[in-house]
Amino acid sequence: MSLPETLVKRLHEAPVGEPEWLAEKRRAGASHLETVGFPTRRDEAWKYTDMSRFSSLEFGQADSAELDQARLDALKLDIDACRLVFVDGLFNAELSDAAASVGVTVTPLSQALTGDQHGLSEQLGQLTGIDFSAFTALNTALTKEGVVVNIGKGQAIETPIYLLFISRNNASPVMSHPRILVHCEAESEATLIEHYVGEQGAANLTNVVTEIQMSPASRLSHYKLQEASQSEYHVASIQVDQRRDTNFTSHNLNLGGAVVRNDIVTDLNDENATVDLLGLFFGQDRQHIDNHTKVNHNAPRTYSNENYKGILDGRARGVFNGRVYIKRDAQQVLGYQSNANLLLSDRAEIDTKPELEIYADDVQCSHGTTTGQLDENAIFALRARGIDEQMARGLLTLAFANEVMQRIRHGALTDRVERAVAGKLPDRFNLESLVEDTSL
Amino acid sequence: MATEAMEQLARREYKQGFVTDIESDTVPPGLDESVIAFISQKKGEPQWMLDWRLEAYHQWLKMTSPSWAHLDYPPIDYQAISYFSAPKKPEDRPQSLDEVDPKLLETYEKLGIPLHERAALAGVAVDAVFDSVSVTTTFREKLAEVGVIFCSISEAIREYPELVRQHLGTVVPQGDNYFAALNSAVFTDGSFVYIPEGVTCPMELSTYFRINAANTGQFERTLIVCDKRAQVSYLEGCTAPQRDENQLHAAVVELVALEDAYIKYSTVQNWYPGDEDGKGGIYNFVTKRGDCRGDRSRISWTQVETGSAITWKYPSCLLRGNESKGEFYSVAVTNGRQQADTGTKMIHIGKNTSSTIVSKGIAAGKSNQSYRGLVKVSPRATGSRNFTQCDSLLIGDKCGAHTFPYQEIGNSRSTIEHEATTSKIGDDQLFYCKSRGISEEDAVSMIVNGFCKDVFQELPMEFAVEAEALLSVTLEGSVG
Repeated sequence: MSLPETLVKRLHEAPVGEPEWLAEKRRAGASHLETVGFPTRRDEAWKYTDMSRFSSLEFGQADSAELDQARLDALKLDIDACRLVFVDGLFNAELSDAAASVGVTVTPLSQALTGDQHGLSEQLGQLTGIDFSAFTALNTALTKEGVVVNIGKGQAIETPIYLLFISRNNASPVMSHPRILVHCEAESEATLIEHYVGEQGAANLTNVVTEIQMSPASRLSHYKLQEASQSEYHVASIQVDQRRDTNFTSHNLNLGGAVVRNDIVTDLNDENATVDLLGLFFGQDRQHIDNHTKVNHNAPRTYSNENYKGILDGRARGVFNGRVYIKRDAQQVLGYQSNANLLLSDRAEIDTKPELEIYADDVQCSHGTTTGQLDENAIFALRARGIDEQMARGLLTLAFANEVMQRIRHGALTDRVERAVAGKLPDRFNLESLVEDTSL
Repeated sequence: MATEAMEQLARREYKQGFVTDIESDTVPPGLDESVIAFISQKKGEPQWMLDWRLEAYHQWLKMTSPSWAHLDYPPIDYQAISYFSAPKKPEDRPQSLDEVDPKLLETYEKLGIPLHERAALAGVAVDAVFDSVSVTTTFREKLAEVGVIFCSISEAIREYPELVRQHLGTVVPQGDNYFAALNSAVFTDGSFVYIPEGVTCPMELSTYFRINAANTGQFERTLIVCDKRAQVSYLEGCTAPQRDENQLHAAVVELVALEDAYIKYSTVQNWYPGDEDGKGGIYNFVTKRGDCRGDRSRISWTQVETGSAITWKYPSCLLRGNESKGEFYSVAVTNGRQQADTGTKMIHIGKNTSSTIVSKGIAAGKSNQSYRGLVKVSPRATGSRNFTQCDSLLIGDKCGAHTFPYQEIGNSRSTIEHEATTSKIGDDQLFYCKSRGISEEDAVSMIVNGFCKDVFQELPMEFAVEAEALLSVTLEGSVG
């Protein structure tokens, strides 16, 4: 698919004053994107997500990161954290509270690039390269801002690192390409929260790339809460490199966005690396939410567990594509995958494809998917206890999502997600009174 | 020890490789309009059939060979294949078994299928296809009594042109896919079955396909039409003599089930899989599709796939009638360097339709096997139900087993379930059997048979016996 002219022009505008290694990466990204173009539905990985309308959209670039405090307070998570705030992709130092714990450095990418760039030239693009997808190539070519996180060796950090990306309702839509680089040094432990929110009606493109390097015996809880406006485009590409004895937990929570695409790839590169992939997506109206995950068991005795749950209402469309790959001779691997979907409307659609690609024999792998409706017996049981049918359906829908929500280990985050899910449930479920009650 | 037994399994040899030397009436290799005209003329076909073939040929020319399957093979030179091969004297067809070429009968003897005995004992009417032309059809009269038509497709085109014209290509159109288009252009034979309204076919219908004559592609076309409230069980089995060069087989099978009709289609496929290095062996690119056209109709596919170098096959059901039912039961065994990309498609279009998919894959040696399936529920197919189970068993550490299930669900009142597992024969299972005095070989055989039981029990009895025999042949190498 050919690229919009303004985009091609922008790809060739070399930012001034940047180090040569970055300029080189940008050129490679631009040239890759120009070669492959944006994906079409003929590309297997984009079979269910039509990006053709995307190429005809024009996105500018934000020139300020202004936002008043009240707006921030309305959108942000109320937690004690090392907080970096980005508005339309630009860093807002005033609204941020970047005081990090001892042993942790959290630096905006723009600052990291002007300061001591030790290792940055290697780190950027090492995991999520330009060949990951057209969107990572685009990100590489145009990224301006992002975060560089380093968790020091042996540090167990209680305070989460909270990255808040706010999308404004601009006169003309803008695009941003945040790049998040994380290095968990050996035996460290931390929590990272990526939070995407937007003003009502914001119709920007956020194209984020996250690269996470996990040194031996490190642990990372990664939360990605996407609550953008229902006209926002959101594309996220996450790649994780897991070494020996590492533990990575991903909570991929998607409630907002017009067209959303998440790619999460984790490489289990050494023994006893474990990954937990948890996902929840809830689409309504014409939302389109596409989750692609890939677990590469490249080493023996590596373990993966995946649980994605989807709720779709209105004319929403959900896509789940989970792949478990087991390399030749990667023996004694356990890989489990589950995807359950609930359709609340006859015009909603789910396309799910759990894949196994296995080249070793001494493994135990399974996957299961279900798509259906609520258990009539459970509804009956609730009605027999005096709860009306619609409310029973509402409660059971919440319970369905709860399997993923209860794994969230942060009170404020759990509250936020539970409320958001309850708030998205159709009015007919009449849960409002109940939601009020739980807040007491 | 366990692995040793299993590795031996990987070294089994193809037991049924031999060549019968029968003169063939073959056209030179290559494909163009004149070859198609030659085939059509040879078969004494009417003009519309030739036009239909040419239409398919022109569509095929514009298509490219599919590359999405998890398969690896060199490009096929379609001009190096000979598209017509018939046993000598096709116009002088034998009327009884006595008239059949003794060498052909010998072939069947070698395969352990004494045609006359089998037909008489098992009550099976056999439409034996040797190369590309049906040479004998038994029990025709008995079937004719109840109005069942069971003959070669060529004969059907001549004798029942209306019926054929009405249904041919309605389930698998000419341009459906690359191999179906090729088949539509050059198909030489196959079977035609018509079961009239309200008739339950008095016997199981069976065709034994054989491939002979080097360099000859086999292009079979089967069409089964089951009228209202009719029932039929159709058996298809294949073995092939050993060959050095790859042979292409691109068959098309179309099933049409009208209201309340039931078609059961069973296959045992044991074509030559190639030698240890993967040399030779059949390329099996088959398009099989059933159309549950009428309400409450039912189509059931059962397959046991043990042969072929490459299998590309997705027997599917279009569930168009309300409350229609589709089933797919499959056992696929790959060994050596065999590759199989197989599965099914269940397209739910009518209301309250249901489908069941049970797929068992066993991969050994250096083989690769994929299950690729689609369950699609259209928005108006409310109240639909699907259950899918696909299990893979890996024997040895050089093989691969893959699962690619697609599910596209478009309404909220349907229930779709999918389960898949991949593992090896557990050491604990083997230990359990051995501790009870069962030899390791028997234990492996027993566990594999148990693994496949869900599918075997769906086979008609004659085939179940054959399938189990095939499996034990597969496992024979592991004894001692």
